[in-house]
Amino acid sequence: MTGSGTVMQALYKEVVLEHYRRPRNFGDLPDATHAEGGHNPSCGDQLQLMLRLDGDRIEDARFTAQGCAISVASASLMTSALHGKTVEQAFALIGAFTGMIRTGEAAPELGDLAALRGVHTLHTRVKCAALPWQTLQALLNQAQLDAGHDEPGPGRP
Amino acid sequence: MIRTPLPPPPAAQLLDVRADFPLFAHRPELVFLDSAASSQKPAAVIQAMAEFYAHDYANIHRGAYRLSASATDRFEAVRDRAAQFFHAPSRDGVIFTRNATEAVNLVAHSWGQTHLSAGDVVLVSEMEHHANLVPWHLVTRQCGARVEAVAMTPDGRLDLDDYRRKLRELPVKIVALQHVSNALGTIHPAHELVELAHAQGLPILLDGAQGAPHLPLNLDELGADFYVLSAHKMLGPSGVGLLLARPEALRGLPPYQGGGDMIREVYPESSTYAPLPHLFEAGTPAIAEVIGFGAALDYLDGLGMARVEAHERALLDYALGRLEALEGLQLYGPSGPRCGVVSFNVAGAHAHDVAGFLDEANICVRAGHHCAQPLMRAFDVPSTVRASFSVYTTPADVDALADALGDIVQFFAEEP
Repeated sequence: MTGSGTVMQALYKEVVLEHYRRPRNFGDLPDATHAEGGHNPSCGDQLQLMLRLDGDRIEDARFTAQGCAISVASASLMTSALHGKTVEQAFALIGAFTGMIRTGEAAPELGDLAALRGVHTLHTRVKCAALPWQTLQALLNQAQLDAGHDEPGPGRP
Repeated sequence: MIRTPLPPPPAAQLLDVRADFPLFAHRPELVFLDSAASSQKPAAVIQAMAEFYAHDYANIHRGAYRLSASATDRFEAVRDRAAQFFHAPSRDGVIFTRNATEAVNLVAHSWGQTHLSAGDVVLVSEMEHHANLVPWHLVTRQCGARVEAVAMTPDGRLDLDDYRRKLRELPVKIVALQHVSNALGTIHPAHELVELAHAQGLPILLDGAQGAPHLPLNLDELGADFYVLSAHKMLGPSGVGLLLARPEALRGLPPYQGGGDMIREVYPESSTYAPLPHLFEAGTPAIAEVIGFGAALDYLDGLGMARVEAHERALLDYALGRLEALEGLQLYGPSGPRCGVVSFNVAGAHAHDVAGFLDEANICVRAGHHCAQPLMRAFDVPSTVRASFSVYTTPADVDALADALGDIVQFFAEEP
């Protein structure tokens, strides 16, 4: 922190603090069709992700969380990006986001999510940013199985 | 209450051993405040292991040659050294394990298997490290016994009234309590805890993972039936822990693990076992690491554990003074007695965010639940930031922490 502005300050100032203090889509989704919990046992962060799916389209996405600013901001941005997307587009977004926090390269479809690009330099925080996305992956995989799809989404183990 | 920070402690109260730790020469910018997780190692320990591997290495207890015999002697000499260092009642009760966790598991399984039955209670506290909870959960679940926790006071001490009441009113069979809290630094009144348990005719295990590295110990006088610790938290290598037991507390217990070294005679259908302490040491141990642990004990003896305690206490007082002066910082833990651990949160910030900012300033701290989730729940916080000290911690480390926290508090107080 001493010295000139730092990577952390820049990252937090740009978007993280704003979304941490005023997370978008925060709260329960009473008419959710799907829900999934995410948990990071090493730090205790917890997240509950709720989606309302109409067929293949994500009509609404909300979350509740007890976590650090990066995980909350990541969930806030993620749920905003999911509105109106198809499940297929959501899987593509998971791939793009996961790639970005690993490499620092932001694919164009990430839009506002590119603001979290800087996380890739913070080795200890990558898992914080990834938690909502891992939860989403698990939720969508389950949704596809429920819908009777033979082929699970990309990235399913 | 915000008090004016004290001046740094005078040099006479402090150890000056930074130069003994090679890591700091290689990383001069590092502010290492995570010693409660694992301590750094002095050159004496690193060299002892390197030299043993380079000059003297062989397996122990079984080689029919002089090199093995001398390695065995070196290994067994550390057992004597440890018995002497901790004033253990007997070398027969000095059992090498992998770490404090394994030592708790050993007692939980071996003692528990013999003595616990349905309806019995194992008395722990809600401040325990998971290592002194989960092994008891495993064992009690098998036999229908249960684990009950002594409450803590709002400032983070064991509630002794609750301890007395539970000892009296519950069907307790064994007490298992930490000596020092890893999350808050609270030093529990070990003598009193032991006396109260013994007054009820109950054996007591003390988890000394955070006590042994920081306090002078006389286990013979303390009288705890079982005392466990980890070498890696007290300047020694990882992979070595100790169970220090009163031999009579171990007598008649079944082995914890079976294998080489713990046997007397083995037939295809059955076996008989070695006497203490080898009964509880199946398989090849961490030989060089035990040698390294011996060097760590020599090193600490050279400093004197009373001076180690005084050094850390002086730094703790200085740190509390500096951190209490920061508005926007919530500090946890009692005013005393306490080891060199400060646990805190920044207003409006999650512990991991604070730790991330500190890391950027090369300050190493732990953030999270500190493997003490019941304690975090009692404080009603998901996590805290923890800075913890050791012999090599300096007032400059404390200053770096307080200065960086001043900036962080301000950063999170600003409207975006």
